[in-house]
Amino acid sequence: MHISVNVDGMTYADEVEPRLLLVHYLRERLSKTGTVVGCDTGNCGACTVHLDGHSVKSCQMLAVQANGHEVTTIEGLARDGKLHPVQEAFRSNHALQCGFCTPGMIMQAIDLLADESDPDDEAVRKGLEGNLCRCTGYQNIVRAVQDAAQRMKPGAGPKQEQHSDEHIAATQPVGGE
Amino acid sequence: MTATAEPEIGKARLRKEDARLITGQTRWTDNLQLTGMLHMAVLRSPVAHARITNIDVSRATAMPGVAVVLTGEDFAAEQGSLPCAWPITEDMKSPPAPAMAVGQVNFAGEAVALVIADSAYHAADALEAIDVDYDELPVVLDMEEALRDNDLVHPDLGTNKCATWIFDSAEAGSGTNVEDEIASAEVVIERTFKQQRLIPAFMEPRSVVVDTTAGMFTVWSATQIPHILRWMLSAVTGISEHKLRVIAPDVGGGFGGKLQVTPEELLCLLVARRMGRPVKWTESRTESMLSAHHGRDQIQKITLSARRDGTVTGLKVELLADMGAYLRLVTPGVPILGAFMFNSIYKFAAYRFVCTNVFTNKVPTDAYRGAGRPEATFAIERMMDELAVELGMEPMKIRQMNWIRHEEFPFNTVAGLTYDSGNYEAATARAMELFGYEEMREEQARRRADGSVVQLGIGISTYTEMCGLAPSRVLGALRYAAGGWETASIRMLPTGKVEVITGTSPHGQGHETVWSQIVADKLGVPFEDVEVLHGDTATSHKGMDSYGSRSLAVGGTALVYAADKVLAKARTLAAHMMECDEADVEFASGSFAVRGTSTVRSLGDVVLAAHVAHDLPEGMEPGMDADATFDPENFSFPHGTHLCATEVDTETGMVRISRYVAVDDVGTVMNPLIVDGQVHGGLAQGIAQALYEEATHDEMGTLTTATFADYLVPCAADLPAFLTDRTTTPATSNPLGAKGVGEAGTIASTPAVVNSVLDALRHLGVRDIEMPMSPERVWTALQGRPDPGTDDVAAGGLGSIDAQGGQS
Repeated sequence: MHISVNVDGMTYADEVEPRLLLVHYLRERLSKTGTVVGCDTGNCGACTVHLDGHSVKSCQMLAVQANGHEVTTIEGLARDGKLHPVQEAFRSNHALQCGFCTPGMIMQAIDLLADESDPDDEAVRKGLEGNLCRCTGYQNIVRAVQDAAQRMKPGAGPKQEQHSDEHIAATQPVGGE
Repeated sequence: MTATAEPEIGKARLRKEDARLITGQTRWTDNLQLTGMLHMAVLRSPVAHARITNIDVSRATAMPGVAVVLTGEDFAAEQGSLPCAWPITEDMKSPPAPAMAVGQVNFAGEAVALVIADSAYHAADALEAIDVDYDELPVVLDMEEALRDNDLVHPDLGTNKCATWIFDSAEAGSGTNVEDEIASAEVVIERTFKQQRLIPAFMEPRSVVVDTTAGMFTVWSATQIPHILRWMLSAVTGISEHKLRVIAPDVGGGFGGKLQVTPEELLCLLVARRMGRPVKWTESRTESMLSAHHGRDQIQKITLSARRDGTVTGLKVELLADMGAYLRLVTPGVPILGAFMFNSIYKFAAYRFVCTNVFTNKVPTDAYRGAGRPEATFAIERMMDELAVELGMEPMKIRQMNWIRHEEFPFNTVAGLTYDSGNYEAATARAMELFGYEEMREEQARRRADGSVVQLGIGISTYTEMCGLAPSRVLGALRYAAGGWETASIRMLPTGKVEVITGTSPHGQGHETVWSQIVADKLGVPFEDVEVLHGDTATSHKGMDSYGSRSLAVGGTALVYAADKVLAKARTLAAHMMECDEADVEFASGSFAVRGTSTVRSLGDVVLAAHVAHDLPEGMEPGMDADATFDPENFSFPHGTHLCATEVDTETGMVRISRYVAVDDVGTVMNPLIVDGQVHGGLAQGIAQALYEEATHDEMGTLTTATFADYLVPCAADLPAFLTDRTTTPATSNPLGAKGVGEAGTIASTPAVVNSVLDALRHLGVRDIEMPMSPERVWTALQGRPDPGTDDVAAGGLGSIDAQGGQS
C-alpha cells in the first residue's frame, strides 16, 4: 500500500506491506532508530511516539494507519538545536540509566503534561502507567516530569522552549492505545 | 586551563551518557543495518521435555526471502557445548549444552530450528511453516520430586542432582559445630522459605549482529560481558580469539541477565560463518522470557539456634537450587555466592551451609541482580524477625545485640570472610530517625487497638553484601574458571585531552561520567576533556566486564593506579624540564611546580614534551600513556538499614508501601546522583520480588508468564517514593574507599517489605505468605486466621513489646 507520512517534519511517501508495524516502518525504513521496541504486547511503552500530537504505542499500530498523519519521535523534539524542556529535565534529574525506555517515557511525559500542566506525584505515576522502566525505580522520572512542568510554565523561559505539538493540526488519533 | 576548582570526586555531575540517550542518537545493537545483512529467527520448543522425532523444513525453505533453514543436526558437528565457567565441585554433573537442540528438548523455549531470511518478517513467516514432531517425555518441574530421580531431565547423567556444595564452620576453622549449637540451644527456630523464580527483564531485548567482512568476525551484542564473550565464543567455535572482535554498543540494562554466553550469540556467529554474510538476530519480549536465563528459584530450609536472651548461636542453611535444564555461564555458582552471606552482620558461633543444585525442565537460571546474596539476606532477615517473635523481643533490638559493633572491624566472620569496615549502628540510627520509627510503632499500636481494616506493618532489613567481585585467588579456590581483576588504560593525547580505556562494560551505570570524574580529579584535567572508551575488544582489549557491583571498586581502582603511573612519569619529566630534583616537584590542580618557586609546567606541557620526545631524561620512553590492572585483596562489604512501612488492607489483601527509608553505606561516593539512582532502581527490583514478580510454569512446563502482561514488572504507580540517605565508612580494600552500589537496593529491600507485611498481620494469626505477596495470597492467608481468643492472636506481632513471648 502507498502511504504518505510526515515524520519529524519531513514527509515520506512509501510502499509498505499492510502488516508493517509503524515502529518497524520508523526504524527499518526511515532509520528513526531513536524509537525502540521493548515488548510485543503494548505493555512497556518504549516505542511511544506522537501521532498528531498524542502519544501512541508505535508497536500497536500499522504503518498504513499513519497514512496522512504527522508522527513526532524522540528525534524530532529538539528545535533549532535546543532540547525540549522534558528532555532537559530528564537529564537534569538523572531520570534515566540505561536509557532504553527513555524515548518512550519522554514522549509519554509530554503527552501527560499537555493534559495536566502541574501534575502531583500520583498524577505523574498514573500518567506513566503504560511505560516500564527497569533501572530507575521511577523516582527521578517523576521528579523530572514535575520539573519539566515548572520549566514549561508560561513565563518560565523563552517562548520557543514552550514546545508542544499544538502547531500540528489537531486531528483524531487513530490506532494505538 | 587544566585546573579544577573543586574536587570532582563526590560531585553530583550530570551524566555524559544522557545527551545521546534523551535524543535518540543511540547505538543499540538492533539499530545496526549492514549491507547484505540476513535476519535470523529462532523456532523454539513449545514443550518442556521431548524427543524430536522429525523436523520438516521443506515448506519453510521454499518461502519468499528464505535463504536457508537450519536445525540442530546441521550444527551438531560444530556447535559444541555452551560454556559453564563455574564447576563448583569436582563431581558436578554437567550435561552437554547445545546452542540448538539435537534430538531432544529439555525446556520449553529451547531453540529447535533457525530461519535465515532477507528480512525479519520473512524469517518469522517461515518459522510457522516448519513442522516438528515431538515425542513427549515426563516433565520434571518440582525440585524435591526431581531429587527422587523417578524421571530424569538428562537420562545420561543418571540423576537430577547436579552437585552438593558444603561450607561448615567447624571444618573451616571459622567457628564451632552447628549441630552442637543446635543441640544445646535454648531456642531453635526452623523455617522454610521459597525464593520464587524471577526474570531479569532488562528493557532492551537481546540482539546480536555478526559481520564477517575484512577477514574478521565482528560480533555486536547486547551483552554485559564483551571480553568474556569473546574468550568463550573462541573456545566454543575454535575461531581464533584474535580473529574475533566483540562490541557491546549501547546496552539497555542487564541486571545479570546479560551476563551470559547465549545460544543465539553462538548461532549467529555460526550462521554468519556458514553464509559468509552479516546476520542479525533480535529477540521478541516473549522469546526473551522463554529463553534468556531466569534468576533465584531456591527452597531454603533454615535452622537458627539462640539463647533466651536473644543471642544467636548457630545457623544451618539447607538449600535446593533450581538450575533449570542446563548449566549456563555461572548457573551452579549463583547460590554459592550466597553461601558467605547468610550469617550477614551477625555474630554466629557456628554456621553450616549445604546447597544441592537440581536439574529441572525449565529455563536455566543464572545471575540476576544480587545473585545469591538477595536470597541469603532474605532468609537471615526473615529469621531474625522470627526469633524476635519467638522471644517476644523488639526486632531491631535483637539485631542490635547480635551485630558486629563498629569497633570490632576488621571482623573475621563465621563464613570465613573478613569484613573490613562498617558501622551498622550509625546507619540504623539514621534510618530510624528518618523513618520516625517510634512514631510508626505508636501508629501501629493504635491501628491494632482500633481493629482498623488497614493494618500497619513495619519491616526491617539490616543487610550487608559482598561486592567488588573479586579477588582472583578466592575465585580460584571456589573453582571459578576466570580471574576477578580489572584493567584500565589512560592515553594522554598531545593536545592535553585524555582517553580512558576501561575493561568494565557499562549498560546504564554511568561509567563514562564517573570514570571521567576520577581521572579529572587525579590528573587535574577538565571533566569534559576526558573520553571513556569501553565495550569494544578492539579498543578495550582486556577486561572482566561489569557485574557483581564490581566496576568502581575494581575497575575504578585500576583507573586510579593508571593515573598514578601517568603522574609518576610526568613528575620525572617535569623535574627534567624544570631542571630540579624530582623530590622538589609538587603537583596540584593539573600543574607541576618547583617547591618554593614560581617555576611551573602544566600537565599538558609535560605530556606534549613526552609526545614530541625532543628532550627526555636518559632511558625514558616517549609518550605518557599508562596501563594498570588491579586484583583486589578482598571483597568490599556495603551495608545499610532499610525500613519499610506497609499498609495492608485486611479486607482485600492489598499491600501499599506507605514509607520506605534506605540508609546505605556504600563507602566513599563518587557521584551521589548516580548512587541514589542505583539505590532507587535496586529497591524497585527488590520490592518487585516481594510483591509482584514470579515466573510460573503450568504442569506441562510451559512458562505462563511470558509477556509483560503476565510477568508483573512494576510501573510507576506500583511503587512509592523512596527516602534515601547514606552513612560513609570507606572500604579499606581499595584507594577510592568505594564498596559498590549496584545490588544493594535489591538485596536489602525484599525482606524489608516481607517483614513489614507479616508484621502488619501476625497479630491476626498470619505466619507466613509466599512471595510475591499478591492481594490474593495476602487475603487467603487472612482467611486462614484462627478464631479470636486463641493464643495465636494474643501473642502479638513484631514490635508488640508487651507481648507475652513465644508463639506456638
